[in-house]
Amino acid sequence: MFEIALLTANGLLSLALVLGFWRLLQGPTLPDRVVALELIASLTIGFIAVYVISSGRTPFIDVAMVLALTAFLAAVGFARYLEKGGHREND
Amino acid sequence: MIEFLTGLFLVVGAAFMVVAALGLVRMPDLPMRLHATTKAGVLGAGLMMVGVAVYFGDGGVTTRAVAVIGFLLLTAPVAAHAIGRAGYFVGVPLWENSKTDELKGRYDEKTHTLSSPPEMHEPEDQDDASR
Repeated sequence: MFEIALLTANGLLSLALVLGFWRLLQGPTLPDRVVALELIASLTIGFIAVYVISSGRTPFIDVAMVLALTAFLAAVGFARYLEKGGHREND
Repeated sequence: MIEFLTGLFLVVGAAFMVVAALGLVRMPDLPMRLHATTKAGVLGAGLMMVGVAVYFGDGGVTTRAVAVIGFLLLTAPVAAHAIGRAGYFVGVPLWENSKTDELKGRYDEKTHTLSSPPEMHEPEDQDDASR
Protein backbone atom coordinates (compact mmCIF):
# COMPACT_ATOMS: atom_id res chain seq x y z
CA MET A 1 0.00 0.00 0.00
CA PHE A 2 2.82 2.38 0.92
CA GLU A 3 4.63 1.51 -2.32
CA ILE A 4 1.49 2.44 -4.26
CA ALA A 5 1.44 5.84 -2.53
CA LEU A 6 5.10 6.43 -3.43
CA LEU A 7 4.44 5.40 -7.05
CA THR A 8 1.38 7.66 -7.23
CA ALA A 9 3.36 10.62 -5.89
CA ASN A 10 6.12 9.98 -8.42
CA GLY A 11 3.60 9.68 -11.24
CA LEU A 12 1.80 12.89 -10.32
CA LEU A 13 5.12 14.74 -10.05
CA SER A 14 6.15 13.42 -13.47
CA LEU A 15 2.86 14.61 -14.97
CA ALA A 16 3.42 18.06 -13.45
CA LEU A 17 6.99 18.05 -14.79
CA VAL A 18 5.75 17.34 -18.32
CA LEU A 19 3.19 20.18 -18.08
CA GLY A 20 5.81 22.59 -16.72
CA PHE A 21 8.25 21.59 -19.46
CA TRP A 22 5.59 22.28 -22.06
CA ARG A 23 5.26 25.85 -20.76
CA LEU A 24 9.06 26.16 -20.68
CA LEU A 25 9.21 25.26 -24.38
CA GLN A 26 6.07 27.16 -25.42
CA GLY A 27 6.94 30.54 -23.90
CA PRO A 28 5.51 32.87 -25.16
CA THR A 29 7.69 35.39 -23.25
CA LEU A 30 10.91 35.05 -21.26
CA PRO A 31 9.28 35.72 -17.83
CA ASP A 32 6.85 32.85 -18.51
CA ARG A 33 9.81 30.54 -18.99
CA VAL A 34 11.35 31.76 -15.72
CA VAL A 35 8.07 30.93 -13.93
CA ALA A 36 8.19 27.44 -15.46
CA LEU A 37 11.81 27.00 -14.29
CA GLU A 38 10.81 27.97 -10.76
CA LEU A 39 7.99 25.43 -10.74
CA ILE A 40 10.40 22.76 -12.02
CA ALA A 41 12.75 23.55 -9.10
CA SER A 42 9.86 23.00 -6.63
CA LEU A 43 9.00 19.77 -8.44
CA THR A 44 12.59 18.58 -7.99
CA ILE A 45 12.25 19.23 -4.25
CA GLY A 46 9.18 16.97 -4.33
CA PHE A 47 11.10 14.25 -6.21
CA ILE A 48 13.88 14.47 -3.60
CA ALA A 49 11.29 14.08 -0.81
CA VAL A 50 9.92 10.89 -2.42
CA TYR A 51 13.45 9.56 -3.00
CA VAL A 52 14.51 10.24 0.60
CA ILE A 53 11.52 8.26 1.87
CA SER A 54 11.85 5.36 -0.57
CA SER A 55 15.62 4.94 -0.07
CA GLY A 56 16.06 6.08 3.55
CA ARG A 57 19.05 8.28 2.66
CA THR A 58 18.28 11.32 4.79
CA PRO A 59 21.33 13.44 3.77
CA PHE A 60 19.51 14.18 0.50
CA ILE A 61 17.26 16.61 2.42
CA ASP A 62 20.23 18.99 2.45
CA VAL A 63 20.19 18.85 -1.35
CA ALA A 64 16.55 19.96 -1.31
CA MET A 65 17.46 22.86 0.98
CA VAL A 66 20.29 24.07 -1.26
CA LEU A 67 18.08 23.63 -4.33
CA ALA A 68 15.37 25.85 -2.81
CA LEU A 69 17.93 28.60 -2.16
CA THR A 70 19.61 28.39 -5.59
CA ALA A 71 16.22 28.44 -7.34
CA PHE A 72 15.44 31.67 -5.49
CA LEU A 73 18.80 33.17 -6.51
CA ALA A 74 18.22 32.14 -10.14
CA ALA A 75 14.75 33.72 -10.20
CA VAL A 76 15.97 36.99 -8.65
CA GLY A 77 18.96 37.05 -11.01
CA PHE A 78 16.70 36.56 -14.04
CA ALA A 79 14.32 39.28 -12.82
CA ARG A 80 17.22 41.67 -12.34
CA TYR A 81 18.61 40.87 -15.78
CA LEU A 82 15.20 41.52 -17.33
CA GLU A 83 14.70 44.80 -15.48
CA LYS A 84 18.16 46.27 -16.01
CA GLY A 85 18.96 44.66 -19.34
CA GLY A 86 17.84 45.74 -22.79
CA HIS A 87 15.38 42.87 -23.33
CA ARG A 88 11.93 44.16 -24.33
CA GLU A 89 8.84 42.32 -25.52
CA ASN A 90 6.92 44.98 -27.40
CA ASP A 91 9.27 46.79 -29.74
CA MET B 1 -0.33 4.62 10.79
CA ILE B 2 2.85 6.57 10.13
CA GLU B 3 3.07 5.04 6.67
CA PHE B 4 -0.54 6.01 5.97
CA LEU B 5 0.07 9.63 7.07
CA THR B 6 3.28 9.83 5.03
CA GLY B 7 1.58 8.47 1.93
CA LEU B 8 -1.32 10.88 2.40
CA PHE B 9 1.01 13.90 2.69
CA LEU B 10 3.06 12.79 -0.33
CA VAL B 11 0.07 12.17 -2.60
CA VAL B 12 -1.77 15.34 -1.57
CA GLY B 13 1.43 17.39 -2.03
CA ALA B 14 2.03 15.88 -5.46
CA ALA B 15 -1.61 16.59 -6.37
CA PHE B 16 -1.11 20.26 -5.47
CA MET B 17 2.00 20.28 -7.68
CA VAL B 18 -0.14 18.98 -10.56
CA VAL B 19 -2.65 21.77 -9.87
CA ALA B 20 0.20 24.28 -10.01
CA ALA B 21 1.45 22.87 -13.33
CA LEU B 22 -2.09 22.88 -14.74
CA GLY B 23 -2.39 26.53 -13.74
CA LEU B 24 0.92 27.24 -15.44
CA VAL B 25 -0.35 25.70 -18.66
CA ARG B 26 -3.95 26.91 -18.67
CA MET B 27 -3.80 30.46 -17.24
CA PRO B 28 -3.85 33.18 -19.90
CA ASP B 29 -1.16 35.67 -18.79
CA LEU B 30 1.97 36.07 -16.67
CA PRO B 31 0.52 37.38 -13.35
CA MET B 32 -2.12 34.63 -13.29
CA ARG B 33 0.51 31.97 -13.98
CA LEU B 34 2.66 33.37 -11.16
CA HIS B 35 -0.37 33.29 -8.87
CA ALA B 36 -1.05 29.63 -9.68
CA THR B 37 2.49 28.27 -9.49
CA THR B 38 3.72 30.20 -6.45
CA LYS B 39 0.92 29.36 -4.05
CA ALA B 40 0.06 25.82 -5.14
CA GLY B 41 3.69 24.90 -5.84
CA VAL B 42 4.96 26.00 -2.41
CA LEU B 43 2.03 24.27 -0.70
CA GLY B 44 2.77 21.05 -2.58
CA ALA B 45 6.51 21.05 -1.85
CA GLY B 46 5.85 21.97 1.79
CA LEU B 47 3.35 19.11 2.24
CA MET B 48 5.85 16.65 0.77
CA MET B 49 8.56 17.82 3.19
CA VAL B 50 6.03 17.43 6.04
CA GLY B 51 5.62 13.85 4.80
CA VAL B 52 9.40 13.33 5.11
CA ALA B 53 9.38 14.74 8.66
CA VAL B 54 6.44 12.51 9.67
CA TYR B 55 8.00 9.37 8.18
CA PHE B 56 11.38 9.59 9.94
CA GLY B 57 10.18 11.24 13.18
CA ASP B 58 13.80 12.04 14.00
CA GLY B 59 14.94 15.37 15.44
CA GLY B 60 17.61 16.10 12.81
CA VAL B 61 15.42 15.17 9.84
CA THR B 62 12.48 17.16 11.19
CA THR B 63 14.66 20.23 11.73
CA ARG B 64 16.00 20.08 8.19
CA ALA B 65 12.54 19.52 6.70
CA VAL B 66 11.23 22.53 8.64
CA ALA B 67 14.22 24.54 7.37
CA VAL B 68 13.37 23.62 3.76
CA ILE B 69 9.73 24.68 4.31
CA GLY B 70 10.91 27.93 5.95
CA PHE B 71 13.21 28.74 3.05
CA LEU B 72 10.41 28.00 0.56
CA LEU B 73 7.94 30.23 2.42
CA LEU B 74 10.50 33.04 2.68
CA THR B 75 11.86 32.97 -0.87
CA ALA B 76 8.90 32.06 -3.12
CA PRO B 77 6.87 35.29 -2.60
CA VAL B 78 9.97 37.45 -3.07
CA ALA B 79 10.93 35.62 -6.27
CA ALA B 80 7.37 35.82 -7.61
CA HIS B 81 7.23 39.55 -6.87
CA ALA B 82 10.56 40.13 -8.62
CA ILE B 83 9.49 38.17 -11.72
CA GLY B 84 6.10 39.86 -11.89
CA ARG B 85 7.66 43.30 -11.55
CA ALA B 86 10.26 42.55 -14.21
CA GLY B 87 7.57 41.14 -16.48
CA TYR B 88 5.50 44.31 -16.11
CA PHE B 89 8.50 46.48 -16.99
CA VAL B 90 9.53 44.52 -20.08
CA GLY B 91 6.00 44.89 -21.43
CA VAL B 92 4.54 41.38 -21.17
CA PRO B 93 0.97 41.75 -22.49
CA LEU B 94 -1.92 41.22 -20.05
CA TRP B 95 -4.92 39.06 -20.84
CA GLU B 96 -7.14 40.74 -23.42
CA ASN B 97 -10.18 40.55 -21.05
CA SER B 98 -8.37 42.37 -18.21
CA LYS B 99 -10.60 45.18 -16.96
CA THR B 100 -8.12 47.56 -15.29
CA ASP B 101 -4.38 48.15 -15.18
CA GLU B 102 -3.96 50.58 -12.30
CA LEU B 103 -0.23 50.97 -12.85
CA LYS B 104 -0.66 52.04 -16.47
CA GLY B 105 0.87 55.47 -17.06
CA ARG B 106 1.98 55.87 -13.44
CA TYR B 107 5.25 53.99 -13.70
CA ASP B 108 8.31 55.74 -15.04
CA GLU B 109 9.78 53.14 -17.41
CA LYS B 110 13.28 54.57 -17.13
CA THR B 111 13.69 55.21 -13.37
CA HIS B 112 11.17 52.54 -12.22
CA THR B 113 9.49 54.91 -9.75
CA LEU B 114 5.76 55.09 -9.06
CA SER B 115 3.95 58.44 -9.19
CA SER B 116 0.77 59.26 -7.23
CA PRO B 117 -2.55 59.06 -9.05
CA PRO B 118 -3.64 62.52 -10.31
CA GLU B 119 -7.10 62.33 -8.63
CA MET B 120 -5.53 62.63 -5.17
CA HIS B 121 -4.31 66.17 -5.79
CA GLU B 122 -7.39 67.66 -7.47
CA PRO B 123 -9.59 68.27 -4.34
CA GLU B 124 -6.81 70.30 -2.66
CA ASP B 125 -6.43 72.47 -5.75
CA GLN B 126 -10.20 73.13 -5.81
CA ASP B 127 -10.13 74.15 -2.12
CA ASP B 128 -7.33 76.61 -2.81
CA ALA B 129 -9.27 78.12 -5.74
CA SER B 130 -12.49 78.58 -3.69
CA ARG B 131 -10.68 80.55 -0.99
